[in-house]
Amino acid sequence: MRLAIGALVVLLGAAAPPPGALGCSGCHGGVAPLPVLAGRDPDEIVARLDEFRAGTRPATVMDHIAKGFSRNESVAIATWWATQK
Amino acid sequence: MVGDPEVMTPRHDSPSPLGLGGGGGGRDDIGASPSPLPPPARGGGGPFSPASLSRRTFLAGAALGAPAIARAQAAPRVIVVGGGFAGATVARFLRRIAPNVDLMLIEPNAIFTACPFSNEVIAGLRDIDVQRFIYDGLVADGIRVVQTAVTEIDPTQRSFAFGSNRRLYDRLILAPGIDIAWGALPGYDEAAANRIPHAWKAGEQTMLLQRQLQAMPDGGVVVMSAPPNPYRCPPGPYERASLIAWYLKTRKPRSKLILLDAKHAFSKQKLFQQAWQRLYPGLLEWVSLSDGGKVTRVDPATNTLETDFGSHKADVANVIPPQRAGAIAAAAGVADRTGWCPIDPTTFESKLQPNIHVIGDAAIAGAMPKSAFAANAQAKVCAEAIAASLAGTTPQEPKLINTCYSLAAPGYGFSVAGVYHPAGGQLIEVEGSGGTSPVDASVEQRALEAKYAEAWFKTIANETFG
Repeated sequence: MRLAIGALVVLLGAAAPPPGALGCSGCHGGVAPLPVLAGRDPDEIVARLDEFRAGTRPATVMDHIAKGFSRNESVAIATWWATQK
Repeated sequence: MVGDPEVMTPRHDSPSPLGLGGGGGGRDDIGASPSPLPPPARGGGGPFSPASLSRRTFLAGAALGAPAIARAQAAPRVIVVGGGFAGATVARFLRRIAPNVDLMLIEPNAIFTACPFSNEVIAGLRDIDVQRFIYDGLVADGIRVVQTAVTEIDPTQRSFAFGSNRRLYDRLILAPGIDIAWGALPGYDEAAANRIPHAWKAGEQTMLLQRQLQAMPDGGVVVMSAPPNPYRCPPGPYERASLIAWYLKTRKPRSKLILLDAKHAFSKQKLFQQAWQRLYPGLLEWVSLSDGGKVTRVDPATNTLETDFGSHKADVANVIPPQRAGAIAAAAGVADRTGWCPIDPTTFESKLQPNIHVIGDAAIAGAMPKSAFAANAQAKVCAEAIAASLAGTTPQEPKLINTCYSLAAPGYGFSVAGVYHPAGGQLIEVEGSGGTSPVDASVEQRALEAKYAEAWFKTIANETFG
């Protein structure tokens, strides 16, 4: 998975943000304790979203939000954020 | 901050997707040109193409009696009306993703005072200064910020007026927020609001309510009223009641708060009521619609709120009145009979007037609440849609997120979050997504959410204003 998403980053690096991606920065913009997404390992973001979606990771709002995105959408969003500074 | 006033000239339709010419506007009459022009290549703009002529040259021609001309060859002009969370965000994102756009943000106030967290100010828990934002960040981004009020919008001519100036636009983005629907609640007019604050637009009204609470003796009665849906910030009245109750409990413990409600149910209701039971028993009383909570008349002379079931005389009264989209929306013809603005859920273009987009609290955004988070999220989608449209491509179907925190007391926070997408011409919640904090959350969880709320505010303010 790591390799697959890494390859996507190269392919989609300059692409427009996928649906939903820009919404993340409403919270994840660099103010602690909310984690930053820009430049983050996309595999890590996808894994977290999987856990939030499955309800296996403690959450406040991210469980409700992750369930609004399919896995493919989550991969696209994570991939895009990985390319951001 | 504005250049020379520009004479309005009617525009022609042009063959480009947006009617902007894009260098292909050779069919526009440009009577001001000194010599016949060679037909420009589409998308081009050589030294003698119409695109190279300044607007001033065109206008000189117009003033000399030349036939009407379009400003078809200029960069597309996008005007943002309103500089709150929606307006400032859309301007900043458009600047970033469509740097060629001739962009202007028009806002009458030099300082924006944010509503989120203003309930803490009322309760004396926060300084109003941290709610205030200026537009230097937008100016630094290269956005022209004009401090004035737009007085008129003509969707047919695609023109707008401020003062004695009239200008043309290609796209207009309205982000006027709310206005109080004066007249909807008998007795509650602008004069009454000086006596009984609504404090639903942050600023002087916020401070007035804070001062009244501070001046109230211990043992006083605070009476609040919450409006019917829809209105700005659905959980806001209940957060306010909570924080005022906190203030009374800690400073004036013999006092009482009555919250009269025009509704049977409200946002995050279980979470609020659980908190009230734990924190403010006997102090905060919520009166639902069926128990006579609907305020039918306000008497500012006696500080009394009347319902069909009786009168409530207050030491401090706070009426959160019915609302509608900011007045300029109705003037532009984009508000419907409800007072709010129907929009296309993909582009946020008005369903009533083409080339005008409405974002933020003024829009009818389906299942999305009127929140700062939603306004910011809608602004980004709108910026992308306009950029795509100006580039001649189809905007992608968006997904929008909302997250909204409320405080029941300092360090006691909870949230609602949702994901939305277009369906059937409206924004609906994505099936299976969304929800509120659990009722059985731990004390630590509530404290964490209060911390997240503060971080969210800093983040969104930074993204919106720089």
